[in-house]
Amino acid sequence: MTPAERKSSIEPLIKNNPVFIQILGICSALAVTTSLRTAFTMTLAVTFVTAFSNLGVSLIRKVIPNSIRMIVEMVIIATLVIVVDQLIKAFSYDLSKQLSVYVGLIITNCIVMGRAEAFAIKNGPKASLMDGIGNGVGYGVVLMIVAFFRELFGFGQVFGITVFKTVQDGGWYPTNGLMVTAPAAFFLIGALIWVVKTFNKDLQDAE
Amino acid sequence: MNNESIAKTFGVATALCVVCAILVSVSSVALKGMQERNAALDKNINILRAAGLVGPREKITSEEAEKLFANSERVVVDMATGAVDENADPDAVEADKHAVIALDKEDDLAAIKTMPAKTIVYLFHDDAGKLQTAVLPIMGTGLWSMMHGYIALDSDLTTVAHIVFHEHGETPGLGGEISNPIWTAKWEGKKAFDENGTPILRVNKGIAEPESSCVDGISGSTLTCDGVNNTVTFWLGDKGFGPFLKDLKASSGPNNSENGKEEQ
Repeated sequence: MTPAERKSSIEPLIKNNPVFIQILGICSALAVTTSLRTAFTMTLAVTFVTAFSNLGVSLIRKVIPNSIRMIVEMVIIATLVIVVDQLIKAFSYDLSKQLSVYVGLIITNCIVMGRAEAFAIKNGPKASLMDGIGNGVGYGVVLMIVAFFRELFGFGQVFGITVFKTVQDGGWYPTNGLMVTAPAAFFLIGALIWVVKTFNKDLQDAE
Repeated sequence: MNNESIAKTFGVATALCVVCAILVSVSSVALKGMQERNAALDKNINILRAAGLVGPREKITSEEAEKLFANSERVVVDMATGAVDENADPDAVEADKHAVIALDKEDDLAAIKTMPAKTIVYLFHDDAGKLQTAVLPIMGTGLWSMMHGYIALDSDLTTVAHIVFHEHGETPGLGGEISNPIWTAKWEGKKAFDENGTPILRVNKGIAEPESSCVDGISGSTLTCDGVNNTVTFWLGDKGFGPFLKDLKASSGPNNSENGKEEQ
């Protein structure tokens, strides 16, 4: 791995995270983070799509006519998303029921299009693949952190394993209703941005 | 070569579309069988859960599901009359989504607008061929979404065996608790009808009397629970499976109904 490739795959994890810093892909981060299992599947699906759409766009970047550039990117992304959706339906039917429309909506996830447009269209295939994986995983890191708190406080569980026995299940823990609804993800993402920017002084805006 | 020429633009677009179309078609065709098997198994598991033959969190294979269906029969009910349609083919009925009955506003308790003209009911028998449970499909509008489920009645066709909501879009953690097995277990053993055959099952607000036909409400989900109430009342009532259940009760052995009278 060249230093440039390492940079493009490592930086999106925290320092140039697509969710915290680029503020992309927020809508799906709200929708699929009520449990870690769905968040994890979504992470895999998005990473697959960003990695291979970046690779695909990068491979044909020299022949894409500029006038239809974005449509070409969209077609590649849409194809990958349909394939992922079909695979999840075939191999993990329960999860596909939980994720319902959100797999299809990866098409509209700004991270995928954003990376194709900002990176893959002007960089080589290997660096683009790395950038795609890095951004997919960076998105996944945020998803998993948010889902951890939402599942723990909203359902008393981690990965479906009971940690706090909830009142509904005859235990002691009254679940937090806010955590299971979308606004909770906004608060958590806001708090995460605050934490990351506090520890990374160079990310702070000049006063 | 100039990337921006019209010929090149069309060429790239066409080539890309062909490649992508092939990828999508191959994945769709290759995986279709598996997806259909999954969907069928998912449906069967939910019916078996309603019948009490599979635990709420238990997972089984298609073969195991088939074995559990061995002692069951699919009965096609004509919803207009409540009579059993002996001639209808259950598979054809299942495939036909277009034959529906429009409901008048005042009848449409479950807020579904139309109901299927023919519905499949699953009757599970014991080894001696005696009716054990009848699994009835139900659907109705909750707070946000159409809720789909099954309600199963015991051999007396009055006592609730189980209830399952397998598909809905209610708020997770609040209305979504209708699919929590701990809540649905509270329905078991409740009497669904009074002496006159009127459906009396209700979801209460708050804690319900243990001996009554009321079920504990879910706090924070009053509107979803109202939807459940209406759904159950509709499907067990005259416009739903009421007439069918009366016929089935009369035919499924005079012994049962006589015993019932003595007890009263």
